[in-house]
Amino acid sequence: MKRAILDRLLKAKAEKLPVALVTDLNSGLQSLVFEEGVHGEFGLDEITLIAIRGRLHQDRSGLMTDPQDEEGMGLFVQVHNPPVRLLIVGAVHIAQALAPLARMTGYEVTVIDPRGAFATAERFPGVALSDAWPDEGLAALKPDRRTAIVMLTHDPKLDDPALILALRSDAFYVGALGSKRTHASRLDRLREMGLTEAETARIHAPVGLDIGAVTPAEIALSIMAQVTAVRRGEPAGV
Amino acid sequence: MTTENILEQAASWRAEGRKVAVATVIATWGSSPRPVGSQMAVNEAGGMAGSVSGGCIEGAVVHEAQKTMADGEPRMLSFGVTNEMAWEVGLACGGQVQVYVEAVE
Repeated sequence: MKRAILDRLLKAKAEKLPVALVTDLNSGLQSLVFEEGVHGEFGLDEITLIAIRGRLHQDRSGLMTDPQDEEGMGLFVQVHNPPVRLLIVGAVHIAQALAPLARMTGYEVTVIDPRGAFATAERFPGVALSDAWPDEGLAALKPDRRTAIVMLTHDPKLDDPALILALRSDAFYVGALGSKRTHASRLDRLREMGLTEAETARIHAPVGLDIGAVTPAEIALSIMAQVTAVRRGEPAGV
Repeated sequence: MTTENILEQAASWRAEGRKVAVATVIATWGSSPRPVGSQMAVNEAGGMAGSVSGGCIEGAVVHEAQKTMADGEPRMLSFGVTNEMAWEVGLACGGQVQVYVEAVE
């Protein structure tokens, strides 16, 4: 791997730009394919570029063989997408366990809580913090299909507005802390605010897989397990 | 360090003047422990970051990576139960993996 290619790749990762590293396994030469533009040691035709960008969107690294060249080993495409994100509403005790667990799992974490005593750097070392009102904080972070959102405040005036925004976003996971009874009254409020059954059905609540979690760390583990199951398309995530 | 920072580690070793090779899983068959795209960086002192299996073949990959660091030539490695090396470094899970090893300039 040429140093210039590696440096350019790391720069794109630092800037959170999706990029594919394409290696010609016959020659060892490499090029970088961006959403717009190609940089490197060889050019690529339009059809191949479309296939490579398709892999970027699907987050799917793999071999691409050239039907014209049956003997050749083809191209290997390694996808480098920006990290998946976990946005946590509520800088509570469970969030203190969930943030490091999520980071270890590969998520970029932001904790949103307007209550200054909760969202402190001391309680969340190294974690991005937002003291915005939860719905505004969430909107500013533009949740996309690579984002999971968890509500942990247990306080309807903080959770509900953020939850509505989350349910109307492309986030692949939306979870909310609360017992079955708490969730039932939450659903009543959301219906009164005009949300449809299809929208509220997206909420994972009570949040997390049912593993009998008791402590904040155990609850964080059950949440992260559920987020993982949903992301990987496993039925356990339902 | 998360699992996604292998190339960052490779660059940082290069910046320290170390020789570095990167191994990448490019294809898998059956139940292999790490998915396609998984990477491991190796330096000439035997330092490793990341993984290309559950620990079954890393030793052999480090060995081959040393050769790539020495001659600069990329190598294609295959591991699995049908491989002649299976007695030594076969995958206990019965899967097969193909690993591409390249030097970092």
